[in-house]
Amino acid sequence: MSDPERGPRDSGPEAAFAGARLHIVTGKGGTGKTTAAAALALSLASRGGRVLLVEVEGRQGVAALLGSAALPYEEREMLRAANGGSVHVLAADAEAALLEYLEMFYGIRRAGQALTRLGAVDFATTVAPGLRDVLLTGKATEAVRRRAGGRRHSSDGPGNAPFHYDSVVMDAPPTGRIGQFLNVNSEVAGLARVGPVRSHADRVMEVIRSERTRVHFVTLLEEMPAQETRDGINEISGLGLNLGAVLVNMVAPPLLGGADLAAAAAGELDTAELVRGLKAARLETASAEAPEALAADLAGQVRAHALRHLLQERVRGELEGLGPPLLELPLLEGGADRAALASLARRLSEQGVGR
Amino acid sequence: MTGTDPGTAPRPEVSEAGRLDADALVDDPGTRIIVCCGAGGVGKTTTAAALGVRAAERGRRTVVITVDPARRLAQSMGLEELDNTPRPVPLSGANGAAGGSGGAGGSLHAMMLDMKRTFDEVVREHADPERARQILANPFYQTLSTSFSGTQEYMAMERLGQLRQSGEWDLIVVDTPPSRSALDFLDAPERLGRFLDGKLIRFLSAPASTGAFRLLGAGFNVVGSVVGRIVGTQFLNDLRAFVSAFDTVFGGFQERAERTYRLLQAPGTAFVVVAVPDTDSMREASYFVERLAKDSMPLAGLVINRTHPLPTGPGARLGAAEALAAADSLATGDHPLAGAALRLHAERVRVHEREAGLRARLLSAHRSLRVVEVAARPEDVHDLAGLRGIGSALAGEDASGDP
Ligand SMILES: Nc1ncnc2c1ncn2[C@@H]1O[C@H](COP(=O)(O)OP(=O)(O)OP(=O)(O)O)[C@@H](O)[C@H]1O
Ligand SMILES: Nc1ncnc2c1ncn2[C@@H]1O[C@H](COP(=O)(O)OP(=O)(O)O)[C@@H](O)[C@H]1O
Ligand SMILES: [Mg+2]
Ligand SMILES: [Mg+2]
Repeated sequence: MSDPERGPRDSGPEAAFAGARLHIVTGKGGTGKTTAAAALALSLASRGGRVLLVEVEGRQGVAALLGSAALPYEEREMLRAANGGSVHVLAADAEAALLEYLEMFYGIRRAGQALTRLGAVDFATTVAPGLRDVLLTGKATEAVRRRAGGRRHSSDGPGNAPFHYDSVVMDAPPTGRIGQFLNVNSEVAGLARVGPVRSHADRVMEVIRSERTRVHFVTLLEEMPAQETRDGINEISGLGLNLGAVLVNMVAPPLLGGADLAAAAAGELDTAELVRGLKAARLETASAEAPEALAADLAGQVRAHALRHLLQERVRGELEGLGPPLLELPLLEGGADRAALASLARRLSEQGVGR
Repeated sequence: MTGTDPGTAPRPEVSEAGRLDADALVDDPGTRIIVCCGAGGVGKTTTAAALGVRAAERGRRTVVITVDPARRLAQSMGLEELDNTPRPVPLSGANGAAGGSGGAGGSLHAMMLDMKRTFDEVVREHADPERARQILANPFYQTLSTSFSGTQEYMAMERLGQLRQSGEWDLIVVDTPPSRSALDFLDAPERLGRFLDGKLIRFLSAPASTGAFRLLGAGFNVVGSVVGRIVGTQFLNDLRAFVSAFDTVFGGFQERAERTYRLLQAPGTAFVVVAVPDTDSMREASYFVERLAKDSMPLAGLVINRTHPLPTGPGARLGAAEALAAADSLATGDHPLAGAALRLHAERVRVHEREAGLRARLLSAHRSLRVVEVAARPEDVHDLAGLRGIGSALAGEDASGDP
């Protein structure tokens, strides 16, 4: 529970992860939520533990990232980390979660199938979205509480047994929907005031509100993702949930020094020096015959690069003022794939994740 | 992102014959509706706004329905908040006079869709005051009108139908909601209709002893009681109240959705598909083009936004490998500016080749597709000057994107 008396948390990366076992990864669509969530899971697993990566939107984003066939609704070991650590993946979807829930609490697989035929899932995911969300967040929080030797579904297992998973990372819905998604309690409250769904929601909310859970935001150094991050942070802290880190994805270093960048952005690039440089470089084609014209072409690109970089620095400055620590992930040439994950995970570990 | 097959990448000039000409499109008095669609974040809102500005400044009375403009863009168009009423956009500056007027009798208005309010209005229009009150207060209506994945699409279409009927506009440019998939936009109204008319809704809302249950048989009876146990009777009661109240307005909804759908197929409508040059977005654009053809929706063409064209001078002939070799040939520490410029150029050429490959692949599947490219600007587009820049790129006037 949040304590209004407590001052701002020490904003270093260690503090953003200390004591956390459920990591919710959100961000604007397409910023790299799935990639960052997988890298975070791998980084956490490199301490040697077992980590569960849960995908909730039924889009098979993790399978696409890992270059594997579509994953079933089943916790499956997919990645190995250093020190014997492992990342397991669960591709959760509302329909399967609903059927599991029915079977688990009511032992009614047959009725569940009838419900599917009737379009119950359409129902759960449309007019009662709170139901869908509580089923999905319920999956993740159940994995957080699960203990070694405990029965998989129902109980938390022997109270002193170690946890089955050291950490659970969720590839969550985008910023536009994250507040509603996590605030299952109030969502369900409007629809079901009493009953099993309601008490399930209360149990889920208890985990989500606790210090064990952190919400991380993935962003790019661009205006709209940064704006969504700012709005999302306000919403999440307004709900009394705990913020983790801001993961700044696809960061590319500038190719020019600060003075050259500033000059280029201002349109005052030293073209004479550029021409001298082009003359000194060994160019073969016809372009070598007209270094001035080539310099004019290249100067346009240099200026665009400089402007983009200054914009990114401005956005970074704004993000720094938001509170949560910034962690950076580099732009990888050719996109992020299974092989690239290890290097992204290493970058996170170097910045203090998992320590 | 996959690599490209250099063997299939033609030079861009090859497909020049099939260029989408935005000026011809907005100048044609027969064009009454332009729908900008595509996956999220590709630049639909930007394209819609740029087409609106362009059309107004070329003399048409234009209104743009935007759905989720970036804050600064909305502000620059005088849109501070959600509001279902078109507001005049002052087009002062480079072209034309102030006060919503563009060139030669044209003008620009813009509005930001308020889907909840649009929905409320439709309900009020179709139900008597007492029923409308019941519906608006029901918790199921609250979720339906704010978070059903499809309400926004449906309401954008609803608003489009209303504006078209008003007869006040020469041209209506519609931005579409930031759906996961470009296809959601076409499917959502139908899905909403199917859902409201669905078996489950009828089943759940029928009192346990009535025909619906008996018809469905004993297996389903178990389901009914299970649902009641899980969600509670309050839930079922609210749902029943909602469905029976909504029933009365439902016919009207279906009818309106069908009318709008036909409007989209009419000759005065032009779809503009927006994509960015990456594998996913181009694949999505390809599906969308096929789907529009299947539904007999008139397609104007494809905008490939945020491309990286080569410079127009001798830089166009300097290859990536050569530029890199030249950069490497400079002794360390010598001429860092030229070294950086050459490396930047090499990267630009590689990106350009990958983009050209994606474009070629798409065009080989859709040979008659008209395409225009809009270069990535170094900064976001958030004012009228930026929109004019995008507009002239859409009209083929400026291909570079470099400042
Ligand atoms: N650090 C990186 N360097 C290069 N490419 C990246 C990086 N991170 C992500 N990408 C690429 O960006 C694209 C989007 O990434 P990803 O699927 O992780 O985003 P997402 O936020 O999960 O998207 P969605 O909102 O669609 O779920 C992918 O093509 C991925 O390979
Ligand atoms: N050609 C372009 N160059 C640079 N930035 C662009 C370009 N097109 C769009 N943008 C920027 O990309 C972001 C997303 O654009 P937007 O039109 O809101 O996308 P959509 O409506 O498809 O979600 C905005 O910040 C916009 O300014
Ligand atoms: Mg994803
Ligand atoms: Mg938009």
